[in-house]
Amino acid sequence: MSCNHCTGLSRSRLLHRAAAEAGRGLPVIEPGMPLPAGTGLSRRSFVTQSVGAMLAVYGASRLGVGAFEEGIASAATGPAQPILVSIFLEGGADALSVLSPQGDPLYRKLRPKLGLSSGAVFAEDDRLHWHPATAGLTQLYGEQKVTVMPAIGYTNADQSHFTSRHYWEVGATSTDLRTGWLGRYLDVVGTPDNPLQGLSLDDTLAPALATAKMPVASIDGPDQYDFWSNRVWGEVETRMLDAIGTLGVGNGDPAFSTAAGVTAQVDRLRTQLVPFQGSDGNPAFASPVAYPKSDDSFPRRLAGLAAMLAAGLPLRVVSLSAPGHYDTHSDQAGDLAQGLQLTSDSLLAFQRDLEARGLADRVLVHVWSEFGRRAQENGDAGTDHGAAGVGFLIGTRAKGKMIGEFPGLKTGLDDDGNVSATSDFRGVYAGLLEQWLGIDAGRVIPGAASFQRPALVK
Amino acid sequence: LSHVAAYRGSFGAAEAERLLWRAGFGPRKGEAEALAALGLDGAVHALTNPGRELLVGAAPKDEKGRPLAPYDAWGHDHVWWLDRMVRTSRPLVERMTLVWHDWFATSNGGVGSQRLMLNQNQLFRQRGLGPFHTLLLDITRDPAMLLWLNGSDNSRWSPNENYAREMMELFTLGAGRGYTETDVREQARALTGFRNDWKDDVGPVDFRYDPHQHDPGTKTIFKRRGAFTWKDSVRLAVSHPSHPSFFVRKLWSYFVAGSPDPATQRGLEHLYVSSGHDVRPVLAAILKHPALYEGGRVTKSPAVYTAGLLRRLGRGIDTTAWTWLDGMAGQQLFYPPNVAGWDDSRWLDTATWRGRWWIAQYVLRPYALDPAKDAQPYDANVLVENALAFWHRPPLAQSTHTALVGFAQNALADARSASWKRKQYAVMAQNALRHLIAVSPDLQTA
Repeated sequence: MSCNHCTGLSRSRLLHRAAAEAGRGLPVIEPGMPLPAGTGLSRRSFVTQSVGAMLAVYGASRLGVGAFEEGIASAATGPAQPILVSIFLEGGADALSVLSPQGDPLYRKLRPKLGLSSGAVFAEDDRLHWHPATAGLTQLYGEQKVTVMPAIGYTNADQSHFTSRHYWEVGATSTDLRTGWLGRYLDVVGTPDNPLQGLSLDDTLAPALATAKMPVASIDGPDQYDFWSNRVWGEVETRMLDAIGTLGVGNGDPAFSTAAGVTAQVDRLRTQLVPFQGSDGNPAFASPVAYPKSDDSFPRRLAGLAAMLAAGLPLRVVSLSAPGHYDTHSDQAGDLAQGLQLTSDSLLAFQRDLEARGLADRVLVHVWSEFGRRAQENGDAGTDHGAAGVGFLIGTRAKGKMIGEFPGLKTGLDDDGNVSATSDFRGVYAGLLEQWLGIDAGRVIPGAASFQRPALVK
Repeated sequence: LSHVAAYRGSFGAAEAERLLWRAGFGPRKGEAEALAALGLDGAVHALTNPGRELLVGAAPKDEKGRPLAPYDAWGHDHVWWLDRMVRTSRPLVERMTLVWHDWFATSNGGVGSQRLMLNQNQLFRQRGLGPFHTLLLDITRDPAMLLWLNGSDNSRWSPNENYAREMMELFTLGAGRGYTETDVREQARALTGFRNDWKDDVGPVDFRYDPHQHDPGTKTIFKRRGAFTWKDSVRLAVSHPSHPSFFVRKLWSYFVAGSPDPATQRGLEHLYVSSGHDVRPVLAAILKHPALYEGGRVTKSPAVYTAGLLRRLGRGIDTTAWTWLDGMAGQQLFYPPNVAGWDDSRWLDTATWRGRWWIAQYVLRPYALDPAKDAQPYDANVLVENALAFWHRPPLAQSTHTALVGFAQNALADARSASWKRKQYAVMAQNALRHLIAVSPDLQTA
């Protein structure tokens, strides 16, 4: 791709356009003050163009013909990279409800109040039934686009949210690691000038994306990354926004340098996302499919993610938190169904969006939770922390063959009454790195050689 | 006598300003100089023994000038507390209230009652500098906590181990530090007995301890056997050999960058145990420690950042926007992300930084100069000087100063071509400079 059709768009024109469309009108026009260039240009026309290349020009006008231009341009125009999207069900989702073992004779005894009695049969193990709220996932499963991990975890499961989540985030049962497994992947394959390579669509950066060297980014959504100030507009506003990057100079102090480093990343990200800024709360992109309507931002974020991928932005790994409350110590049934429904419906829409845009073969979605919940329900119509949980890989390239198996409630529980793992999350990570992301897992996962790799990709 | 080192260097306005940021919400105009005049010991004594609270400045109001409704209106709880941070004469009490809110992180997302959350907040304010044992007893039976971690769901017939686990893992001992899964279950049994009722249109009411709900049987906790109750549960946790080291490390982390050296750690543990698990002497020792003054900077949390900017400008609470703005920056008070509280090592990323940009934008709104009416000099260096004076001269790194001057020079250069631009661009540049200073790495950290 070249940027022939975009070199005429100067950084200043883009910013003026952003200013004009940010829902606050144009600045007062004084005699002799030019109308901001580019006013009224269609925003969508940018999105359908080679966004990455255009942004390279934009960034380069300040940085000169430097690393940033090279980095974004080559990342955006290089060979299409496989993309991994990580979806976290925070709190420890109850695997025994997501795929309820209604065919296991002990299920009703352990779950007298919470036991489910409806839902489609799971084709690979007819003891298990899909939760009715996961109809979207069930549909994709029927199309061989979902790989199910019915009892994934690790031996000697830690029942602390924070410890177990940390293990999953760093890709090892170690409390000492300070980088995420996806972050270490980016440290191997990433570039120092492309913060979009690791993108957290969330209020804050997902720890799984924490890198040692490479920049990564966190945004609420691609259409919501605007900056302006009180009574500052036109050329001065352009200069002010450019000056954000010049504040990003570190010194010897770690906290100061971290703040400076984030400031520099804000500057790069802002320039990358200018074409997505909408007006009046409407994004500057259109989705080819309908997403669920919700107050939760999850469906909107997935819609934005598909638009960014379609625009050719150089993303590699992306992280989101699923909607819903999964730490269901009491009154589990309603909370769980609500979260699962929105998550599952949104993921179905996302998959259809990718398929409509011709991107489906490039994206694999990994759904995970820090643990499952105890087989025996507690007295509050809830469940306490357990061991093995449920996970999914979703995409047209997902193998669609169950990893591990459901171990049964008679012999499959550990001494604490929790489901034992029949697959190890580190083996799945190693498989994703090797079969999907294309690098040696030994460079990312400690002790990778010791984990069995299931076949994940077709 | 503790064996904890104390700072012996000069204690001027710069050191006093740093102390006010760590032990409070930064200085009001002239406050750092006044505190410096007391000397280090006098300053720490004043902070840790503050006397009666005085609220300085106008009472808080919403954007329409109405008084706040912190028990009822969404978001008013956040600004009600922010107002205390801005106006208090006892900054350390308020700062410790924030520490305990993070330590015993309870979210109204799970409690569903601003009244109960504010009652818990008042508990932290009243007990925050006293004995930890008392605080833990109070928080264990605190209604918001009983709802948040299912304490009042935990009965002899249906044990719920949520509070038992988090009490050991997050409040007293630390994950994997001297307890087993059996201890979790046995502690849960000991903690049975709390309950509450539910009234339609009111919500949870009548929180109480009901002996009939308590499991009176023998429990084995930390290899000791007894018919333990909730008070025993708390006592066993506080007297566990892993507790003092956990307490010291955690408390230290709220005030000083990096970990305490081994001698300091030992000295503070000794101080803590020998004082009968009292918070105040440990806190005073940390606030006098050389590492606070000679060590690295600390990133301000969003609430501290916002309160600090308002204090610096002498602006009171006149909008509830701070609730969603601080939420955007990653810290809506009364809504910590989970029971482990906020992650102090991850305040800043590209999303939360943008939240801080908007906080500064809102802070600066009433002060914005009008390019059509106001005047500023057409001189880059003077513009930067004026902007620094506006913020009462916070110390800035040379690189930040260079960036500000560079911006002002570029903005004025653009204006060369027309006289109306020379006038208006200087004013806009002044507005922009104030904003850039507020979001600089210098003001994000202290």
